[in-house]
Amino acid sequence: MTTASPAEPTAAPPILRLRQASFGYTDQPVVQGADLTVRAGEVVAVLGPNGSGKSTLVRGLMGLTTHLGGEVELFGVPRAEFHDFARLGYVPQRHTLSASVRATAAEIVAVGRLAHHHWWRPLLRSARDTEIVERALEVVGLSERAAADVSTLSGGQQRRVLIARALASDPDILVMDEPTAGIDAANQHVLAEVLSRLARRGTTMVIVTHELAALAGIVTRIVVIQSGHVAFDGTPDAFASRAGDFDAGAHDHHDDDDNRLTPTALAAAPAAGPLDPKGVRRS
Amino acid sequence: MTELLSLDFMRQALLAAVLVGIAAPLVGVFLVQRRLSLIGDGMGHVALAGVAVGVLTGHAPVLTALLAAVAAAVAIELIRGRGRTSGDVALAVMFYGGIAAGVVIIAKSPSSSPANLTAYLFGAITTADQRDLWVFAGLAVVVLLTTWVLRPWLFAVANDEEYARAGGLPVTGLNIALAVLTAVTVVVSMRVVGLLLISALMIIPNATAQLLGRSFRASVRWAVLVGVVSSVGGVVASFYAETPSGGTIVLLAIALFVVAASASAAIAKARAHQHRRAERHDHEHGPDCGHAAIEHHDHVDYVHDGHRHAAHEGHYDEHDPARHEARKENAQP
Repeated sequence: MTTASPAEPTAAPPILRLRQASFGYTDQPVVQGADLTVRAGEVVAVLGPNGSGKSTLVRGLMGLTTHLGGEVELFGVPRAEFHDFARLGYVPQRHTLSASVRATAAEIVAVGRLAHHHWWRPLLRSARDTEIVERALEVVGLSERAAADVSTLSGGQQRRVLIARALASDPDILVMDEPTAGIDAANQHVLAEVLSRLARRGTTMVIVTHELAALAGIVTRIVVIQSGHVAFDGTPDAFASRAGDFDAGAHDHHDDDDNRLTPTALAAAPAAGPLDPKGVRRS
Repeated sequence: MTELLSLDFMRQALLAAVLVGIAAPLVGVFLVQRRLSLIGDGMGHVALAGVAVGVLTGHAPVLTALLAAVAAAVAIELIRGRGRTSGDVALAVMFYGGIAAGVVIIAKSPSSSPANLTAYLFGAITTADQRDLWVFAGLAVVVLLTTWVLRPWLFAVANDEEYARAGGLPVTGLNIALAVLTAVTVVVSMRVVGLLLISALMIIPNATAQLLGRSFRASVRWAVLVGVVSSVGGVVASFYAETPSGGTIVLLAIALFVVAASASAAIAKARAHQHRRAERHDHEHGPDCGHAAIEHHDHVDYVHDGHRHAAHEGHYDEHDPARHEARKENAQP
């Protein structure tokens, strides 16, 4: 199944490749005509205002929103034929972990190992499974809380449990949907440390976020989604020099539906008019 | 007790109680986890319609009840899967339609009596015939094995359906499997606990177990233990007290819950005196956090400004070694 060889990075197919891809719900596209290629070792931040479609895009990669058109390839395999799910580590956007029954952090993280087992065969957890679960908890700094009931952990700690769960499948890419949203500054700092530790280990990551500042120095590439289209794709430096052109999305407002922004169009775009909510805020 | 075991039908009743006592909480924990605690009750309603059809047509009521409950289970999952808000109303129509049809059909059947209906609704293990008991036992063993094999996957789906879907697990299939396991458990338990009370044996032992266990694994074990104690204890008590088995079992399960809840509240209160939270700090201790680490029994204490911090749930506790080990209440701070 594995066509990628870590020894020859140049020969390896990209981890993700989207060509003119559209995602959405039944017959209503939210993201249209997206082109995006992610290669091993990249840390890509996906920015955009609320409702721009950035979550729809990553959820589409994970098969959670309907793929409506264009091409989506994972590790060189079309999405529909892709079955090697252990290679994808997904950290969903969640604010709390289920508290209806008790479950320890280690038990939640162990779910990540299921990708390496078959459901029709009785599961006998190996020493290797246990070791990987322990290591995943260690990477996110939760070794000492492995036996704690997840519902007693803080929001930031729960977020790290979800990252550890994704790591436990030993993935080739981590796809995270708003890992830093809604947690206090101190926990965000700890989370940023965890992400930078992962980046240093060469983990490929796609991170949907509102808070680019928390990820400064980790991100190697920035993609901006606006109104369901890729509006910018480049290095953090290139992004910084154009920062005023985009709304990174820290604020809640509606999008202009038909505002198909390309980088060139954006650079030449006139200042927003007085009735444009963006214009009001930017002034 | 020897008198009890010398009776053939009581031996069978006790065996049935053990099987139901294991199966019901084991399936029920996933219903609690998915916040579907009342779904078993609804399936019991629909199963009654199946029983009634069996009684009326002269077929085995067990078989018709099983068919009705399994059909309801699949329908429930399909309705839920569509995710419409009207699904909730659709379920209500199905459940009450089931029980209403059951009552009406049974009243029309020549061979039935009100006592007959009561036996199915509230359980009367000692009236079940031998052939039915073997069918129940066989089904209960199938439920136990299937739940055991699927346990990690049912846990994954119930815990985070979206993550399970992203990980390629057959989420819809597993949800239907859980619904069918619930339906079979309902039917298997109908002679012991009764169709109106079976849901209680799925849920209450799990509520008790949530107070006693510290992990999912431990709480499942507690739930099964509580389930078996309630069902076997209930059958024995109903024999001596001459009460219906179902109601006796459920009252016993509730009594155990009340005892566990009071005991755990008392223990929590006692522990609160020994448990001192560290001052609020944003720093996370760890191997390279810069604070001296001291191995201490099963955990590590970190020396923080001259006092010791140990991880507890989401925060840190103050660990004063003198007080901790010598249990001197008035040790030097």
